[in-house]
Amino acid sequence: MAEKKHLDIKGEVCPYTFVKTKLALEGLSSGDVLEVVTDHKQAVTNVTRSCEAEGHDILSKEQLNENDWKLTIRKK
Amino acid sequence: MADFTEEQIRRYSRHIILPELGGKGQKKISDAKVLCVGVGGLGSPNALYLSAAGVGTLGLIDMDRVDVSNLQRQIIHSTPDQEKLKVQSAKEKINALNPDVEVVTYTEKLSSKNVKEIVAKYDLVVDGCDNFATRYLVNDACFFAKKPNVYGSVFRFEGRATVFDPRSEASPCYRCLHPYPPPPGEVPTCHEAGVIGVLPGVIGVIQATEALKLIVGIGRLLVGRLLLYDALDMTFREVKVPKDPGCPLCSKHPKIKGLIDYEQFCSGV
Ligand SMILES: [Zn+2]
Repeated sequence: MAEKKHLDIKGEVCPYTFVKTKLALEGLSSGDVLEVVTDHKQAVTNVTRSCEAEGHDILSKEQLNENDWKLTIRKK
Repeated sequence: MADFTEEQIRRYSRHIILPELGGKGQKKISDAKVLCVGVGGLGSPNALYLSAAGVGTLGLIDMDRVDVSNLQRQIIHSTPDQEKLKVQSAKEKINALNPDVEVVTYTEKLSSKNVKEIVAKYDLVVDGCDNFATRYLVNDACFFAKKPNVYGSVFRFEGRATVFDPRSEASPCYRCLHPYPPPPGEVPTCHEAGVIGVLPGVIGVIQATEALKLIVGIGRLLVGRLLLYDALDMTFREVKVPKDPGCPLCSKHPKIKGLIDYEQFCSGV
């Protein structure tokens, strides 16, 4: 059964947005889903690109409010 | 993620980002125990880069003290370190560079009496020694203990590096290359030969690279391949080093079955 995990990296900038996302993904199993909330706008593009480069699926990108975005990533 | 502190995430971020390493690879580095034989020309870049990379335990063996003539190439030591034990000088630099690294220092002369016990405490050995007695002793001890031995040597403008991995049946050892040490006096000593100061930097960094690849388990190692670097010509060459079926140590019918203490004399190769 696939797990769903939440990661709040608000306040974090690149490249640590991806570093922390990557470390969180490493702790999951294939097929598990990670929700990442960031307030660093560039991270939406950068984390998406880096995660895709490592073979993970970006299920959704969602703007939560004026400052925050949510990325939903499925681990490869 | 709980395994890394906030500072470690930042310190090792450029490693963690690498697809070949990630947090898992960095964790392997943090768990690794590496023995540096010699903290001189080759040992300096080795110790510095392995420490920067976050190797968990770094053993340093050297009985010498820092001399002003070392400073042209042994970049871990500085002018105020003269007269200090090299392992002490190196330990201070490493502690300042990365407090994650536990430094273990040895100032006793490496011999058949202590080498086995010391090597047993480490996952792999980086050979940065400057004499045949130690080189053969380290090779033989690593062979018996089945520990990878990252070899490097420098001489004038030429450097060499390879990896001996006794865990692999196909890997040669140093005695496959040079079965026995030359008689003392036949080769120029390090004091006579000279060495361009940047050379051990190049070779030491190649050794540190191979050590990190061994730890993480990535890439193609220099096992069975001897890398030759010519600084004057600025060329790298590679020669195959097959396992010698007649090797006195690692062949099926070895002549050498125990550790040997050779007379200590300097060597470039
Ligand atoms: Zn051999």
